[in-house]
Amino acid sequence: MTLSLRELSVSFRDPAGGALPALGPISFEVAEQQFVCVVGPTGCGKSTLIRVLAGLLPPSSGAALCDGEAIDRPMRQFAIMFQDANLMPWRTVLDNIALPLEIAGVSRPTRYEVVRALLPQLHLESFELAYPAALSGGMEQRVALGRVLVQQPKVVLLDEPFGALDALTRENLGRLLLRLRRRYVQTIVMVTHDINEAALLADRVIVMSRGPGRLVADVSVDLPRPRRHDMIYHQAFLKLTKRIRASIDDLSA
Amino acid sequence: MGKVRLDESRHREMAAGLEVSLRRLAPFLTIACLLLLWQWISSRGIISHILVPPPADVYQAFIDSLADGTLLKHTVITLEEMLYGLLLGVGIGLAIGYAIAKAPILENILSPVIVAFQSTPIVAYAPLLVIWFGSGIASKIVTTAVIVFFPTLVNTIVGIRSVSPNLRDLMRSLKAGRWQIFRHLEAPSALPVILAGLKTSTTLAVIGAVVGEFVSQGSGLGYLVTSARNLYDTPLVVVAVLAMTAISLTLYGIVAYVEWRFLVWQRRASA
Repeated sequence: MTLSLRELSVSFRDPAGGALPALGPISFEVAEQQFVCVVGPTGCGKSTLIRVLAGLLPPSSGAALCDGEAIDRPMRQFAIMFQDANLMPWRTVLDNIALPLEIAGVSRPTRYEVVRALLPQLHLESFELAYPAALSGGMEQRVALGRVLVQQPKVVLLDEPFGALDALTRENLGRLLLRLRRRYVQTIVMVTHDINEAALLADRVIVMSRGPGRLVADVSVDLPRPRRHDMIYHQAFLKLTKRIRASIDDLSA
Repeated sequence: MGKVRLDESRHREMAAGLEVSLRRLAPFLTIACLLLLWQWISSRGIISHILVPPPADVYQAFIDSLADGTLLKHTVITLEEMLYGLLLGVGIGLAIGYAIAKAPILENILSPVIVAFQSTPIVAYAPLLVIWFGSGIASKIVTTAVIVFFPTLVNTIVGIRSVSPNLRDLMRSLKAGRWQIFRHLEAPSALPVILAGLKTSTTLAVIGAVVGEFVSQGSGLGYLVTSARNLYDTPLVVVAVLAMTAISLTLYGIVAYVEWRFLVWQRRASA
């Protein structure tokens, strides 16, 4: 599925009744099966962008389209992952991952079978009956990732999914994401503020400016796949991240 | 050296174990001490037996009232009033609480009535309820329902309003329907708070039923208290009062058990 933003903008109402511009106007396209990372300073409207694409927030003007159809409600075949793992504390790992299937009306034996097949890839096979309170931050996000994959989405929206984790856990999850993507190829839009992470994972990095968020750079990442973590020491990678970095620095200059 | 340390740690473990068992034992020790004090006061004749009957007299009154069926009869009646009252009050509290949580305008509409009811002592308007609902079981059920309604209402509102907005977004993105959102998100999320309210409600239910029985005589443990008092049968008064305590504690225990049984995830979280 292709996504396109056309002169999309969002503004919120401030308590006094005025409009607070939060995003845009911004336009770009995301091609089928492309992995796009959106980077930018805090307050540039990255999360707002994800919420619009998820159909959770209507745009104030312009449009977000999916295969030409306006996104005006949560779309089928879209899955979203939040910065907070957002698990239900009263559900076990198994039932948290199975939630989307349960809501779609899949029978219990079938959904457990599907989830159990997925658990080893998430390194969660020995935790299926654990409650979220017993999990580490990285494990919680792997459960959240499982809840995305179980939907077999065509479009995955990730709102700083690894933002609250330590550096090594982030790396591991990034690798896991790439490995899983190879198996279930999807269009991915991921918001992050980590330039290295963006350049290492994505096909393309979009840089946004602060409030209201506008597109200031659109950098395609032509590093070979599969990506390996040691690529961050390569000349090509350094050149790329320098470029991204420079476009962000231009903003504050 | 190593052995000494081992002994030391074992000693510490034993001391900790002793402390735990002492802490569990403490409430029972309190009860035992009170009973002894009670026995001592009445046996020394410090206070008249009519005012404070000795434990033996109370025990005799308990056996007698059990044998002739009066205790059981009145206990069952009070229990019945309480259970119907709980069902009615908690049911309405849950429904209105949910409605208010979902549509805040309802709070503005309903709050004058609710606040007026809550701030007026139930004992004061219980006679009115008897006038409206008759001197039978209905007025006691309504008294109980009125008194348990408020904690249920407040806890339901708090429980539903504190549902995580991020989880609501998740449910929306999964295209969950209204019923699914209620069943998979709102109900389990609000359950701990609602059960806490229910614990308060069960102890209040005894008050409701007994107040009803005081106001309109006829039957029930409240009636047993007043009729025994009129005959200066203090031991029977004490028996009736202790029966209320027993009912209240039992119901509280049942709710606490349900809480423990269904909120497994919370138990794990605190461990």
